[in-house]
Amino acid sequence: MPRIDSPADLEKLRKSILSQRDPDKPCITLCSGSACHATGSGKVAESIEEEVKKQGLRDEVDIRKTGCHGFCERGPIIVIHPEEICYFQITPEDVPEIVSQTIKEKKVIERLLYTDPDTNEKIIHESEIPFYKNQKRLVFGSNGSIDPKSIDDYLAIGGYSALAKALSGMSAEQVLEEVKKSNLRGRGGGGFPAGRKWEGSRNAPEETKYVIVNADEGDPGAYMDRSLLEGNPHSILEGCTIGAYAIGSHEGYIYVRQEYPLAVENVNIAIKMAEEYGFLGKNILGSGFDFTVRVHRGAGAFVCGESTALMTALEGRVGEPRSKYIRSNIKGLWGMPSVLNNVETWANVPLIINKGADWFTQFGTDGSKGTKIFSLVGKITNTGLVEVPMGMSLKDIIYKIGGGIPGGKKFKAVQTGGPSGGCIPDELLDLEVGFDELTKAGSMMGSGGMIVMDEDTCMVDVARYFIDFLTDESCGKCVPCREGLGQMRKILTKITEGKGKEGDIKLLEELSEVAKEASLCALGTSAPNPFLSTVRYFRDEYEAHIQEKRCPALSCKELITFHIDPAKCQACMICKKKCPAEAVDGGKKKIHVIDQEKCTKCGTCFEVCPSRFSAVTKISGEPVPSPIPEEERIITRKSKANE
Amino acid sequence: MSEILLQIDGKEISASEGMTVLEAAQNAGISIPTLCHHENLEPFGGCRICIVEVEVNGWTKRVVSCIYPVAENLVVRTRSEKIDKIRKMILELLLAHAPDSPELQDLAQEYGADKDRFGKEASFCIHCGLCVRYCDEIKKKNAVGFVDRGIRKEISFIPEIAAKECWDCKECFPLCPTEALQAAYVLTKALICPSPSSETASEE
Repeated sequence: MPRIDSPADLEKLRKSILSQRDPDKPCITLCSGSACHATGSGKVAESIEEEVKKQGLRDEVDIRKTGCHGFCERGPIIVIHPEEICYFQITPEDVPEIVSQTIKEKKVIERLLYTDPDTNEKIIHESEIPFYKNQKRLVFGSNGSIDPKSIDDYLAIGGYSALAKALSGMSAEQVLEEVKKSNLRGRGGGGFPAGRKWEGSRNAPEETKYVIVNADEGDPGAYMDRSLLEGNPHSILEGCTIGAYAIGSHEGYIYVRQEYPLAVENVNIAIKMAEEYGFLGKNILGSGFDFTVRVHRGAGAFVCGESTALMTALEGRVGEPRSKYIRSNIKGLWGMPSVLNNVETWANVPLIINKGADWFTQFGTDGSKGTKIFSLVGKITNTGLVEVPMGMSLKDIIYKIGGGIPGGKKFKAVQTGGPSGGCIPDELLDLEVGFDELTKAGSMMGSGGMIVMDEDTCMVDVARYFIDFLTDESCGKCVPCREGLGQMRKILTKITEGKGKEGDIKLLEELSEVAKEASLCALGTSAPNPFLSTVRYFRDEYEAHIQEKRCPALSCKELITFHIDPAKCQACMICKKKCPAEAVDGGKKKIHVIDQEKCTKCGTCFEVCPSRFSAVTKISGEPVPSPIPEEERIITRKSKANE
Repeated sequence: MSEILLQIDGKEISASEGMTVLEAAQNAGISIPTLCHHENLEPFGGCRICIVEVEVNGWTKRVVSCIYPVAENLVVRTRSEKIDKIRKMILELLLAHAPDSPELQDLAQEYGADKDRFGKEASFCIHCGLCVRYCDEIKKKNAVGFVDRGIRKEISFIPEIAAKECWDCKECFPLCPTEALQAAYVLTKALICPSPSSETASEE
């Protein structure tokens, strides 16, 4: 491939790529992101290749292995173009039928379609499924239509036109102004205005400046940056090259976690191709502007997502943060001005340059513009990645897009902002998502994790879980975080074990205040949030644990006992057989009793007791009823005669 | 270097550009407690005990004075109810590790810290990093370093380097505010050159 030396050449190439593509030719796109890969999309891909060959359609159909489509709950996903027929949970066994029916005969296979749970209607097209219909997929939308390993695919959808526009038609100042005007705020956590960050670096006197892509996403349950980097790596390269041009940088780094092998692979391929085409390297698009990017693989420390720790790690030292009294955009990597933005922030940049700040600011709220990708996980019907305009209510995200809580359970809280975010209760579900709105509610935007919890979730245990995670991930440099979190973890663990005591909440509040005020970096200053937000909205649960030794959600093992209701037990023997601790006493026609001494509280009896009996119950905060006398445990024939 | 005027605890103080608030205060005879600071080492900002209040453009914020740079017209308060409360908690957290450290005991008395507030922890090290940084920055030997992270983090001598460098140096010993360093050293020494008696014991 010859180098592209001018915007005109780029347009010529784009036209030639498009002219070789027949928009009416059937194309099977198969989601090959990490989530679908885990549910078997690799095998599906093989059988598609095989089947297409077998049925003699090799030249009549295109096969495209794309990045994540978002609806991970229903993967592997296939979308057949141009009709946009959408099939879910595909197995290799479905493939022959798809090829013979849908590709050859143009017939839709009913059983593979999405069924609307409300209307029971089958939905053919992706864009009509409620999960997708209520989203605004500006950044994430292209993921489903391009093969991330093919630069031609990216060019076919207009790729690198923003870079060409910036380099040929705009001065660096104009690019900066446009980004400032868009009020694009950092998608990685802090929400700092990207334009202002860039401006600081641009105005710094040093010749050498760096741009950095933060792809060290480490929040439990969050994978939006991963999916973007896996599914559309060129958009991130294009974004950071535009950023480099705006600030006058010629060197960039992508800091990506080693645990994201597909992202590492795809971004490396993308860099190589972009260099061959002349979108990276010397004299990009004939403009005279030089920029190179290198990939640095992080070794799996959550704290390295913090900008100063990330830069320290890039320098080859232990990934520990430093005080940010002088910001990194002035004195960052190797002491030079460094603009660090998160993957999703960079992916927004080409859109802003192409379509303009005015277009961008039409989406969102006053303080938060554009869209945000959330990873919607936990007790939610439609697990997946969702992109919504800022300002959409949590309720709409959870119910309209997420499909609500499965199993008829009641919603309890949604945890946003990653481990150091906070839990938002039912009464605040009308809250519009935005940086400032979420912070005001005691949580934060973070990088976009959204974990839904139902009535069976114990909020004290949730706080314990996240504080435990953060204690483990604390680098240990400063006292309030290392020691303070360690003590918080101890106290919270004790409370969930029923060993909490009067004054624990106050002590936790004091430790939180010191961690918030005095910690060195944002990990420490935000770490108390899981406790602070749960104690703010669910204080009664803490008090129940401490004062009554009761877990209202019936979840904390040490505080619950399993009991078989003698009035309901039909002596069916199922729980007796399944109990791994042999703690169930009873027999045929003899009402079962749990030996509390032997019981390990694994919950198996509770799960296996047939729902028509529902004889096993969980008890918390009150004594277990004493077993009924031996003679009353025999179920007599009378009960059978009654049936 | 240009002169900078600032105010610390109501006193007008002159400092030079590039100085930290801690240095400016020490020059003016105003004391701010420190644990991980050493004048010959790069500022670390780990113990957080030197936290002070500064007023910038009408905003009050809390910063650590060993790193925060002086600025014209900066207003600094080295004590306040909140600052004292934070220092007290930091001391209580550290006293769980090193209840017998004279340095910590003195500060505990000043800030009313209760050394028994938190249950005792087995490790004596308070992670000030003075030994690690001294060996790195001044001696350039890196014979002692931190291993692991978070609450599992501890100092450890690297036997191969220690065997060559440490016997005649030991300059880090007086820097340690607790006895953790010497304990780690003795342990390493025992590993490198077991005493004759233990050797015979192991041979038996």
